[in-house]
Amino acid sequence: MGNMPFVVSMILVMVGFLTLITRRNLIKLAIGISIIEMGVNLFLVSLGYVKGGIAPIYTYAPPGAKEMVFPTPQALTLTAIVIGLATTALMLAFAVVIYRHRGTLDAEKIRELRG
Amino acid sequence: MSVIVRTISRVVAPVALAFGAYVIMHGHLTPGGGFQGGAVVASVVALLVVAFESGRWKKWKDVLLPLEDLGAMAFTILAFLGLGATFFRNILAGGGGLFGAPVPQLGPNPGALNTAGTLPLMNWAVGLKVIAGLGSVVILLSLFGREDG
Amino acid sequence: MKRWFFFAMLLILAGYLLGGSVWLRPFGEPPRSEMDRYFIENAQTEVAANNVVTAIVFDYRGYDTLGEATVLFAAVVGVVLLLRKVKE
Repeated sequence: MGNMPFVVSMILVMVGFLTLITRRNLIKLAIGISIIEMGVNLFLVSLGYVKGGIAPIYTYAPPGAKEMVFPTPQALTLTAIVIGLATTALMLAFAVVIYRHRGTLDAEKIRELRG
Repeated sequence: MSVIVRTISRVVAPVALAFGAYVIMHGHLTPGGGFQGGAVVASVVALLVVAFESGRWKKWKDVLLPLEDLGAMAFTILAFLGLGATFFRNILAGGGGLFGAPVPQLGPNPGALNTAGTLPLMNWAVGLKVIAGLGSVVILLSLFGREDG
Repeated sequence: MKRWFFFAMLLILAGYLLGGSVWLRPFGEPPRSEMDRYFIENAQTEVAANNVVTAIVFDYRGYDTLGEATVLFAAVVGVVLLLRKVKE
């Protein structure tokens, strides 16, 4: 069980996929996609961890520590978080507009009502 | 919402605004930066929209959307400043003047606010962009479907 | 029928992800570290910033941040276009 964080992040990804398969509400689909994003972000951050490392910030760093956690995965995870936020905002806006036009949030009914 | 929610949000909102401003301003020294502080301030906008009635925030939308363009323009102009060498070259770092001081001491140090060149300016630009963008998204989502929206 | 097919595919995906994450590599021992060591050692002299992550986000990998800002701008423009008031 040396790499438990990888396993936990993959379990989060699978929970998100299970949500996408079993739910039909558009808001819940957006929540599932957000859970997948969280799992992937956690996986990216945990890839850059160095054993015994401290945060890569020199302000008031503990003087005894010599290793620092890798900063590049953290910076790219910041990018991924902001992009996930943008997609979540767009998904919620689409859900609001669809509910306004069709009167339902059920994906199957929206598909039946097409045309 | 009820009077309890309104009172608590009146107490919490200035503190959260100050915390967001701190996170943006000290982005090159402490954990955080423009995106994170902007998200904190945008959460204050969400709190106010939920606690008070959302109709009174209609005017804010017209203020926030040009501010987002301004933040994006400022960020791009700051990136173009270093075009003598390369795009995104940090010309202010280490040259004295505004934000040009070197770090006080290599390795762990208390940190000085007047360092890191264009990084604080870019943090402010991105913070303004995220505040305006997320705030206008929250206000638009809350206003959709109203008669006076 | 379609549902069972989806569940079977999810089981295969779950096995793949779990196996890959268990046998990936030990947690906390990254194999390649030259680029990150360079960033950690030179951020204070080149960028004069104490926060190495901010130095990477706004200086070393500024193009990524520019694309990120573009994506955020596009998302806000999309939300504004979707939720605008339509003249009847």
